[in-house]
Amino acid sequence: MKPSVLENKDFWAGAFLIAVGATAMFIARRYTFGSSLRMGPGYFPSILGALLILFGLYFLVVSRLRDEKIEGSWSLRALIVLPLSLVLFGVLIDRAGFIPAMLALIVCSATASTEFKLIEVLLFAVFLTALAVAVFVWGLGLPYPLIADFQ
Amino acid sequence: MGLFDNLIFGFEVAFSLQNLLYCLIGVTVGTLIGVLPGIGPLGTIAMLMPITYSVSPVSALIMLAGIYYGAQYGGSTTAILVNLPGETSAVVTCIDGYQMARQGRAGPALAIAALGSFFAGTVGTLLIAVAGPPLAEIALKFASAEYFSLMLMGLVAAAVLAQGDMVKSLAMVVMGLLFGIVGTDVNTGVQRFSFGVPELSDGIGFIVVAVGVFAVGEIISNLGDKEQRRVFTAKVSNLLPTRDDIKHSIGPILRGTAIGSFFGVLPGTGPAIASFASYMVEKKLAADPSRFGNGAIEGVAAPESANNADAQCKFIPMLTLGLPASGVMALMLGAMQIQGIQPGPQVMTQRPELFWGLIASMWIGNLMLVVLNLPMIGLWVKLLQVPYRLLFPAIMAFSAIGIFSVNNSSFEIYLTAAFGVFGFICVKLGFPMAPLLLGFVLGPMMEENLRRAMLMAGGDPSVFVRRPLSLVFIIATALILLIMVLPAVRQRRAEIAD
Repeated sequence: MKPSVLENKDFWAGAFLIAVGATAMFIARRYTFGSSLRMGPGYFPSILGALLILFGLYFLVVSRLRDEKIEGSWSLRALIVLPLSLVLFGVLIDRAGFIPAMLALIVCSATASTEFKLIEVLLFAVFLTALAVAVFVWGLGLPYPLIADFQ
Repeated sequence: MGLFDNLIFGFEVAFSLQNLLYCLIGVTVGTLIGVLPGIGPLGTIAMLMPITYSVSPVSALIMLAGIYYGAQYGGSTTAILVNLPGETSAVVTCIDGYQMARQGRAGPALAIAALGSFFAGTVGTLLIAVAGPPLAEIALKFASAEYFSLMLMGLVAAAVLAQGDMVKSLAMVVMGLLFGIVGTDVNTGVQRFSFGVPELSDGIGFIVVAVGVFAVGEIISNLGDKEQRRVFTAKVSNLLPTRDDIKHSIGPILRGTAIGSFFGVLPGTGPAIASFASYMVEKKLAADPSRFGNGAIEGVAAPESANNADAQCKFIPMLTLGLPASGVMALMLGAMQIQGIQPGPQVMTQRPELFWGLIASMWIGNLMLVVLNLPMIGLWVKLLQVPYRLLFPAIMAFSAIGIFSVNNSSFEIYLTAAFGVFGFICVKLGFPMAPLLLGFVLGPMMEENLRRAMLMAGGDPSVFVRRPLSLVFIIATALILLIMVLPAVRQRRAEIAD
C-alpha cells in the first residue's frame, strides 16, 4: 500500500519552501525591483524567493519518486510548552522583574519533559535563579529589577 | 615582521591575565558541554555570546574559540569511556576507544587521544600562522566581484560537502540569505520584510536565530526522542600509554593531522568527515586490519588528531577571508561583527592583536586541555549523571537571559521562540540548520557586493567571469556542483552518511 502523501517528508519540505518563497516574492513585489545596473531593494529578495520556489518544486517532484516518511514524534508537548515559556519570560521580565520571570521560565519549560517531577524542579528553579541573580545581576551588573515595583 | 615575531606578539597578547582566564573559562565550558550530550558548541556559543559584549573583542573570541575546541576534547572522553559520542566529531572514536576501555585500557586511550589532539592543535596553529598572511594579502586585492564569487563558492561548497541531503542544504542557504536581508536596505533606506515592527528595522538579531534554532529547536526535538543514557562502565586506572602504544600511534597521529588539516580548510566538511576519512586510511594501511573495531590504538589516535586539526584549520578561511566554513565559524564571524569588527582580510593588519592573540591562545588552550582534563576525567564523567530533564530548563534559562541582555527587548525573546519552532520543523523535514546560519551571516554582504559589482560593471553580469580570480571561483563552484551530481559520488556520499 502506498503511504499517504501527508506523511511524505519531501512533499512537506517542498510545500514549506514554496510557501516561504511565494511569501517573500509577494512581499518583495512592493519594493522597487530596479535593473541589473541599479538593483532596487526588491531585486535580491525576489531572486531568492524564486529560487526557494524552484527548490520547492524539485522536492514536490522528488516526493513522487521516493517515500521517505517523517521520522520520530512531533513532540507536541515540547513544541507548545517551550515557546510558551519563553513568551512568559518575555512578558514577566518587563512587568514583574527578573526573579519571577526566571522562576516561571524554568518551572514552565521543565513541564515539557515527560519525566517532570514538581518538587525537584521547584528546588532546581530556586537554585538556578539564585545562581543567575548572583552571576548576571550582581556579578555582571545587568540592570534588571529583581522584583518590579508595583507602586 | 617574520612569522616568529608575529607569534611572539600573539603570545604576549594571549598571556595577559585576563585572556588566560577567558581561555580557561572557554575550554572548561567547552569540555563540559562536550561531555554532555544534547548540547553542542553551536548552542553554547550562541547562548554565551551576549555575555562577552562587556569584554574586549580579543578576550571574547578567545573564550568562544575555547568552547569550540574544548568540546572536541570532552566529546572524545565520553566516546571512550561510555561509548557515547558527546559530539558528532567523536563518533568514530567510539569504535575502538570504547573497546579499549572495555579491555581496561581506557587510560592509554584517553592519553593518546589527548596527546594526538594536542599535536594536531599545534600543527593547526602553525598552519594558520603560516598560511594566514599570504592568503589575506591576496584577499586584500579582491573587489566586489571576487567577493561575491568567493562567497558563492563558499556557500555552495558548504552546502554540498556537508552531511545530509545537499539540495536541502542549498535550499537552507537561500532561506538564510533571505532572513539575512530583513531590515533596512542600506542603499535606499527601504524597510524590507519588517512588517512595520520597529525592532525588525535593524534586521533579525544573529543571536536570536542561532539560539532559536540551535538551543530551543534542538531541545524540542531532543524531548521528542526517548532519553537514552548508558551507565558508566569503564574505570580509568592507569593513564600512561605503553611504549608500544606510542610507537603505534605516531604514524596515525601524523597522518590524521594531515588529513584533518586538508578537510579543515574545505568549507562544509565537519570534523566527523575528517575523522572518518583518517580512520579508513589507517585501516587500509594496517598490516592486520582485523584489529580495528577490537580496540586498536590507531583507531583512536588518527580520528582524534584529525578532528582537532580540522577544528583548528576551520579558522583559516574565517580569519583571512571573512568566509565562515562551518556553523561555528559563522557564529565566530557574528561575534566579531557584534564587537564592531568588519571580518575580512583587513583584520590581520588592522587588528593584529586579535588575529595573533587568538591563534596563540588556541595553542595555550590546547595545552590547558591536556594538563587540566586528564586528571579531571572522573569529575567530567560524573556530570553525565545530570539528567536531561534538569539540563534543558537550565539551557532555556541561560538562553533567555543571553538574548534579553542584548537589547533588553522582549520582542527578541518572542522571535527566538518562533525560530525555535521554525528550526524544529526544518529538522523534522530533513533540512540541516548550519547552512541556514551561513547564509544568514553572508546574506547582507553578498547582496551588497553583488549590487556594487554590477554597478561598477555597468550592469554587465559578465564581470564575474571576466575578472580572472572571480572566474576561478565561479569555475570551482560549477565543478563542485558538477562533481556532486555524478551518480558514483552521490552513491559514495550516501554510504558515508550511513
